[in-house]
Amino acid sequence: MTPQPQLPALKITPSAQSEPPPPAPAQAAGKPATFEVRHLNVWFGAHHVLRDISLQIPSKAVTAIIGPSGCGKSTFLRSLNRMHDLVAGSRVEGRITLFGQDLYGKEVDATLVRRRVGMVFQKSNPFPTMTIEENATVGLRLNGVRQRSLLQERMERSLRMAALWDEVKDRLHANAMSLSGGQQQRLCIARALAIEPEVLLMDEPASALDPLATAKIEELILQLKEQFTIVIVTHNMQQAARISDQTAFFYIGELIEFDATGRLFTNPSKKQTEDYVTGRFG
Amino acid sequence: MNAAAELVKSGPPVGIVLAPPGRVADNVFRGLTWVMAMFVMVLLLLVGWVLWHGAQLSLAKFGWHFFVHSNWDPGHGDYGALPFIFGTFVSSLIALLIALPLSLATAVYLTELAPGWLRQPSISMIEMLAAIPSVVFGLWAILVLVPWMQSGFYPALQKLLGIVPWFQGRIYGQCILSAGVILAIMIVPIITSISREVFRAVPDTQREAAFALGATRWEVTRLAVLRYSTRGIFGAAMLGLGRALGETMAVMMVIGNREEIPKSLFAPAATLASGIANEFAEATQGLYLSALFELGLMLVLVTVATNVVAHLLIGAIGGQRSSGA
Amino acid sequence: MSMKNNWQHRWRKVKSSMVSGLCLTCAAVVIAPLALLLFSLVKKGASSLDLNFFTQLPKAAGEIGGGMANAMVGSLVLLGLAAAVGVPIGVLGGIYLSEFGGRRLSWAVRFAADILNGTPSIVWGIVIWALVVVPITGFSAYAGGLALGFMMIPIVIRTTEEMLAMVPNGYREAAYALGIPRWRIVLHVVLKTASRGVITGILLAGARVIGETAPLLFTALGNNFWSRNLSEPINAMTLQIFNYANSPFPDQNRQAWAGALVLILFALALNVGVRIMTRGSAPHLVK
Repeated sequence: MTPQPQLPALKITPSAQSEPPPPAPAQAAGKPATFEVRHLNVWFGAHHVLRDISLQIPSKAVTAIIGPSGCGKSTFLRSLNRMHDLVAGSRVEGRITLFGQDLYGKEVDATLVRRRVGMVFQKSNPFPTMTIEENATVGLRLNGVRQRSLLQERMERSLRMAALWDEVKDRLHANAMSLSGGQQQRLCIARALAIEPEVLLMDEPASALDPLATAKIEELILQLKEQFTIVIVTHNMQQAARISDQTAFFYIGELIEFDATGRLFTNPSKKQTEDYVTGRFG
Repeated sequence: MNAAAELVKSGPPVGIVLAPPGRVADNVFRGLTWVMAMFVMVLLLLVGWVLWHGAQLSLAKFGWHFFVHSNWDPGHGDYGALPFIFGTFVSSLIALLIALPLSLATAVYLTELAPGWLRQPSISMIEMLAAIPSVVFGLWAILVLVPWMQSGFYPALQKLLGIVPWFQGRIYGQCILSAGVILAIMIVPIITSISREVFRAVPDTQREAAFALGATRWEVTRLAVLRYSTRGIFGAAMLGLGRALGETMAVMMVIGNREEIPKSLFAPAATLASGIANEFAEATQGLYLSALFELGLMLVLVTVATNVVAHLLIGAIGGQRSSGA
Repeated sequence: MSMKNNWQHRWRKVKSSMVSGLCLTCAAVVIAPLALLLFSLVKKGASSLDLNFFTQLPKAAGEIGGGMANAMVGSLVLLGLAAAVGVPIGVLGGIYLSEFGGRRLSWAVRFAADILNGTPSIVWGIVIWALVVVPITGFSAYAGGLALGFMMIPIVIRTTEEMLAMVPNGYREAAYALGIPRWRIVLHVVLKTASRGVITGILLAGARVIGETAPLLFTALGNNFWSRNLSEPINAMTLQIFNYANSPFPDQNRQAWAGALVLILFALALNVGVRIMTRGSAPHLVK
């Protein structure tokens, strides 16, 4: 097979080395950071949603974002793939780098960012007019990949990675909406994986699913972290405890604590964190 | 599951080339859609301009006098719009007087009273009525309705109401009353369907409250639904009126096309729309043509004003409704 | 308060029943013309629908027989021309309003479209006459098609916008998250999802314009023979029906009924077909 060139790289901008690096959990100190977030602030109109967030997200690990409703978890997640660009009246300040490259630099094309940072949403949304096969390959086809054999190979690969292949291999031409809720969500994961991103962002991916489907998704996440950096927003603390390596606790737009999962849940250093994880508020 | 895990462990395959996104295609596409949307505004301005420009000669010569002058005499170059204004106004008024109560009663029936199995077929029938082309209405009117009315209905009407001057005089089949009747038939669907939506927008809690007070079905309708909906009903009537004002073919075939103010309801007349259609082919010289364009300009202004008022009234009820006339 | 059935209460109930009966009568009165019209059409027109009617040209005034072949073809040709103008402008304009439009500009375009929608059809006729027939093409199929096409634009632009706006935003987000360029998202995801509704809107607009007569009177003009090309006057069903309806010759009246029946069947079939298409509509577009 002929070697294909790599994806065009993001423009590299000189990173500000004057400040100390943002907090990173001690356990992951060995691995390089995928994301470095410094002093991130996000406004929707006049509403200051995220305040001065700084942290590092380690590679090939699962980072969970927890916190009560309205604390800015989803807003934070969406700033990692520049989804706020699509919202009129939004303003993002601060600095986010992906493998050292500034995500919000002037010359950076947001579309290219999103090819490296994939996203799965809370409500599964496979495209309703397309078949399972078409959904799995849509990211490739609508980005110019035409070669049938390549598409076929990628489709099978991403469906296998999403643990869906065995269930759909005999009915790839069926409409995507004929799948169950859990299967649709795995199809969305396969769809996101097909374009070979380096990061997978997941916004409460199992909240609309029954426990059985949820368990399948969680198992999937644990396997995927061998290759992908995963950031998952969840309102389910037990889920965060089950699958994540480090956890960040947000509260009213601020990052309260960010630590290895085990330590954050059993021995949190901030009182607010302790109150939340023990269920005193939520 | 194991297969998936192994697949992931084996690491990423060789990268693939995705087409660079590029700004150009996005901007070109956006620009293209913008141009097309702008075209609609351009079209509106164009229509206005053509009518304005075409009416110049007549506007310059007759000025305001045009609207109150009742003599339309192409042979002598004398043009007055009053017969057409009168015809339009009266035929539309007749249509509204007939159609509005019928439509409201039908709408009440369809939303409040009809049994479930009868509702949808009735609604479908009325929507079918709306889809019938104007010329087909005209065909039926001129060959069936008008002869019947002329031979049976009008004489009876004259016998009954002959004291009133409007009902006196020789009975023509193709007259202003016939135009009013066929217009009524044509505007009933739109008034009914808008009224239905207006009634449906009344929350059920209003009806329930009235029922709980021991009101009968009719009282519930009167107190809870109709009182709440006066604005919307007005809007529906205006939309129907707008449709009647602009109707050309069916009117042209039954109104008799006499460019003078009729002395009775049974006499022929002309409307703005039917007058233009009827005379355009003969308008050879400049002033004649210009007078017709001025009639067109008036027609558009009146129709637009009516539709704008209608939209303002109905827009207050529920969302945007595109006016499919 | 007494719950006895006194006369006041009984009178109120009787009044209510009377009003209900009145409303039912009104509904029947409203539907009656439709029934009568369809009945007349079938009774007077069905027997004339023979092969001659569909294949022959109209005969000269006073002669018996002939058909509406050129009118049928002409109507379809005019519809095709109208669609060629109305569909691209309407759909793309609708895309702008739904996907790109700023608030004020979109409002202005919608307002303009609604005004154009309410413009009497005769006005379209004389405007196109002044703009196209006189300076450019003379009486022609082009002019007629253009008049009908301009009438289609405001309808199609509004229905397209409505259908696109109904596509849930989640699909757009999912497509953005895949790094797909915006124009492809709009065409291949949003428009594709709404395609059934958009096509419905186009078909309904087509059904509407094929029944128009006034815009064709001074543009397409009509033709007793086959048009050799599109810059010649062309016949249409509506024009032919209009001529024959006003004719003093009973044989032509008869043919008018037949033509009207064909026209109605075509327009109603289109409407019914559209309704069938939207009845089985996918659950992702809940009206």
